[in-house]
Formats: sequence, structure tokens, C-alpha cells
Amino acid sequence: MSALIALSGAQKYFGAYHALRDIDLEIGEGEFFSLLGPSGCGKTTLLRAIAGFEALDGGSVHIDGHDMAGVPANRRPTNMVFQSYAIFPHLSVAENVAFGLRKRGLDAKTQAEKVGGALEMVGLGGYGARAAHALSGGQRQRVALARALVLEPKVLLLDEPLSALDRKMREQMQGELRRLQRHVGITFILVTHDQEEALIMSDRIAVMFDGGITQIDSPEGLYRRPASREVGAFIGQMNFLSGQVRSGSEGFVAQIHGLGHAPLAADQSAEPLVAGQATFGMRPESLSLVFDGQARAASEAAGRVADRAYYGDMTYYEVALDGVAEPVTLSMKNMVGQPVLSVGDAARVAWDPRALIVFSGAGDA
Amino acid sequence: MKDSARGLALVSPTALYALAMLVAPMAAIVLFSFWTQDYLTLDTTLTFDNYREAVTDPIYGQLMVRSLYISGIVTAVTVVLAFPIAYYISFHVAPERKALWIFLVTIPFWTSYLIRVFLWKVILGFNGVLNTSLLGLGIIDAPLTFILYNLNAVVITLAHAFAPFAILPIFVVLERIDRSLLEAAQDLGETALTTFWRVTLPLAMPGVIAAVLIVFIPTVGDYITPRLVGGPGGLMIANMIQTQFLRLNNAPMGATLAVLAMVCVTVIALVFLWLNRRFLRGRN
Repeated sequence: MSALIALSGAQKYFGAYHALRDIDLEIGEGEFFSLLGPSGCGKTTLLRAIAGFEALDGGSVHIDGHDMAGVPANRRPTNMVFQSYAIFPHLSVAENVAFGLRKRGLDAKTQAEKVGGALEMVGLGGYGARAAHALSGGQRQRVALARALVLEPKVLLLDEPLSALDRKMREQMQGELRRLQRHVGITFILVTHDQEEALIMSDRIAVMFDGGITQIDSPEGLYRRPASREVGAFIGQMNFLSGQVRSGSEGFVAQIHGLGHAPLAADQSAEPLVAGQATFGMRPESLSLVFDGQARAASEAAGRVADRAYYGDMTYYEVALDGVAEPVTLSMKNMVGQPVLSVGDAARVAWDPRALIVFSGAGDA
Repeated sequence: MKDSARGLALVSPTALYALAMLVAPMAAIVLFSFWTQDYLTLDTTLTFDNYREAVTDPIYGQLMVRSLYISGIVTAVTVVLAFPIAYYISFHVAPERKALWIFLVTIPFWTSYLIRVFLWKVILGFNGVLNTSLLGLGIIDAPLTFILYNLNAVVITLAHAFAPFAILPIFVVLERIDRSLLEAAQDLGETALTTFWRVTLPLAMPGVIAAVLIVFIPTVGDYITPRLVGGPGGLMIANMIQTQFLRLNNAPMGATLAVLAMVCVTVIALVFLWLNRRFLRGRN
């Protein structure tokens, strides 16, 4: 087995509640891997099963080729950064970082060097003597990171480590965590409910719903080719339009209410294309406005601005296409010399057929 | 300021009550301790005679040392036995049943202290429940005599009486320990046992010290239990104070002993408070 971490058929029940449904997962060495999903989807349970805090009711966890069944948390080559950081309040910063080194049998000098090095690495050099309670949220998080990384684990597990920080601090820590991971080269597994955070930081992402993994892919793959409507709606924004897939002489053609028709390629659907009712997914940036005086686009539809949100750099429009009740969302960069349309204005909407994703079944969109 | 005036008005009834019922009697005791009495005549000249006698006459010193010794053992026994109970309730009882368990812990308080001490007499006596049961079961041939009318009986009775006082503060402090700290310790390589020594116990120390103070301070001055089950060898300083006041008609000497007992307890309590501040270091 080449993967550093391999789960197969992992099952977990809490009473009658099925928390993990048949999880198969392989995570490679040095990978920054995220478990993404809404709260209650089982992502934290999965992380705790890898750490050794939850025993599985079925299936297996292998780390570095060893079966972890019956191996308690204290003997697994994993370390965890807890959501609450779990900094020991009765110990100083240096004592917190040195906590796990006790069993290594290091002499005092080596230990102090390691602790100092770990604190330096997370940007807390010289903070060793501070009392734990005197730290800010961001500093606690760094202590928790140093405390785990000083043990040089094979895998670092992070349970929503940024959720308690304010926005500015969170954005800063996202970059720092990513750099830190590249620097130490340890496999990081991050649990988060924030899709933006997962996209920014990860090499690969597993999207979880209701105890199961729906899709595992790179950030680009997830965004461009969501395997289901659920994933498409959870990651970024997506318009869902109803219509039909027809089979013509030159392959399949999409017929979309309000937008018109366009040819389809095989890779625009997670499942093999078949003729029939379908839901089409489209990101807001794949739709755009055509302004007066601009040439007619290859695929263009008409509608009216139902609502708009102006963000300075971007404007998000809700456009009601002729003959369709539900408006579509589209985003426009606010270029100098281009007007910003107002609510009620007529709108010409150009769309990129290559950006269509086909979900089988009519759905309710 | 209006606020401070209102605050003063709110606190004054209690303050007056405390002044009348606590400070005034205390002041009287301290004043008495510097007087002397010969049979019925009270000599109000201020003198250290009582203190000199209390320090030089070995009987007082012996009683004081014995009181502290008994209280020390009672405190140790009570706290050591209370800790596992508090730990069990906090860590192993389902959250919705904790209130019930705490309620059950307080059941001994439903009976008056005096009656509970009498009941221990019935249990521990020569023909008591314990001896007759053990004799009936053939475990012993003759009734055990080392369990009543001596120091052991005082320790057993007091440890039982003060158990809830020790369980509650330890329970409260255990409840406040963030459980993720224990998981973090295990994640960092500690076993359940070493996690207890390195995380749970240090974090529980403020509660343990509170329990020590709550048990130690009142037991030093207890006189009902030593009087009823202590026999001659189990008498404590409070019994001597009572004797001085009520039997020997020497209130000044009783007052002196009371002041000395208070000083001893205060010194020991201060040592524990200092320890507690060390354990509370680094916590808000």
C-alpha cells in the first residue's frame, strides 16, 4: 500500500445514528488533505477515528501500512490540533510544547532546543515563559501547532482550527498553515465546514454529506466538475437550470429552458450521458452580460435584472430569463467603461456551453 | 455617590448582624483571654498569665496537638475517599443523572449531626451492629474494642460527617476541566493513568485544597463527636474549652484556649491558601 493513510469500509454508529457510512479513503505522504462538509456530516468523527479517539464499528484504518485496530491514541503516529486548542492552563507555553517530549528521554538541553525551534517555527520565539492564559486566540493556536509538530508526527490532524479566529486572523493563518505544511512536509488532514478555506489550502478535498464521502478531488476538480448537485451547491455558487438532454446526429445536445441549446461533451457529466430530463449546473462567472453595442454572443439569451449586489470589484446580478421563473445569478467584473445595470433593466446574457455540468434527473430547479 | 449609598444601605443589615453576632463575641473572647478568674471573682487586669499557663502546662499543648492530629487524619481520610466519588460522578455518570447523584450525596444531611454521631455509637459499640455482625459471621471471636471510645471512632465518625463537604468542591472543579485537555494529553502520548497525574490532578488541586480547608477548619473545633464517641483518649481542645467555661468556671482560660486554637487553624489555613494560589497560577 503506497498511501500513508488508508481507510476501507469504515463504519461508525452512535446508537442508532449512522455517523460514518462505508468510508474508503487514501491519503498520500506530504499531502494537505481536507475533509469538507456541513456540520453533522461526520467529518470530525472521521478525523477522531484516525486519531484513535473513536473506535470503528466496521472497516479499518491503516497508517503507514499498520492496522490501527486496537491501537490507542497515545500510540498512533498522529497528533491533533483541537478546535478548542486544548492548551494546558496550568503549564507555561514552553511546558505545553514540551508536554509530549517527556517520553522521548531527551536531555534538558536538546529538549529546550526542540521546544525553542518549534516555537520559532510558528512565530512565537521568546514566548516560552509566558503563562498559557495570557495568550490570544491566534497565539493559542500556534502553541497547539508547535506542541503537535515538535513530536514530528507522520500525520497532523486539524479539527476546525481556524473557526474560533476572527476573519483577518483566519486569512493570515490559512496562508501560514499552508506554508508550514510545505516546510515540514508532514501530511496535514484538515476538517472544515468552510469551503473557501478548503479550496485555498488543500491539495485534495473530500466532500462529506450525511456520514458518507460524495466526492474526492482537487480544488479545481471539485469546483469545475462537481459529482452531484449537492457538491455543486456546497462549493461556491451554482445555478441550477432544468431542461433536456437530446441525442442528435453529432452527439448529445443540451436544451435548457431560458438559455437555448448547445452541444455537450462527455466530460460535462459525472455519469454517462443519456437522453431525457436533466438539471444543468452553471457557475455565475460562466454567465455574463452583453452590453449595448457589443456583438451578439454565440450563446445568448434575454432577460431582465431582478436584483443586484454591488461589491466594488464585482457586481452580482439576479437575472430573470424570459420564460423562466427562477432567476439565475451571474457575476461581472466592474470594468471601467462598462455600465452597472439597475433592477428592471433589460439584460442580454451570454453563456459558455463548455461550463455546463449535467446532473441527471429533472430536479426541482 | 448614589450607587455607593445604595450599596451601603443594602449591605448594612447584614453587616450589622455580622457585627453583633460575630465581631462582638469574638472581641469579647479576645478581651476575656487577657483577664483572669479566681472562682467567682473576675480580675479585669490585662495579663498574659493565661497564655503563659496554656503554653507551659503540657495538658493544653497535648490536647491542641491531638486535635490538629485528629483533624489532619480526618481531613486526609475524607479527601482521599471523596476524590474517587467526585471523579466517578463527574466522569462516569451520564450528564442527566449527575444532579441525582449529587442529591444522593447530601442524604446524610437529612438527619441531624447529633443523631448521626449517636448512630455511629450504635454501629461501633461493644454490642453494636458491626461487632454482632462480625461475630455472627464467625469472622471474629471477640468484639472489637479499638473502634469505639478512642481516636479511631472520632476519625470514622467525623470522616463520614464531612464527606459531602469534600465531595462537592472536588466535583465542581472536575466538572470544569475541559475534556479536550485529557484527549490532548493522550494524543501527545500519555496513558490514561499518566494523563490523570499530569493533567487531571493538577487541575483538580484547587478543589482538593478547598475540600481540605472545609473539612479541616470545623473538625479542629468539633466537640460533640469526641465527647460522645472519643472516650478519654479521644478528647480534643474544644472539649477542654467547654470544660473551662462551664465546669471549671474559668472563662478567661477557655477564651485563651479558643484564641490559641483559632491562631493555629488560621496559620494552617493560610499555608493551604498559599498553596492554592500556586495551583491557581496561570488560570483566570
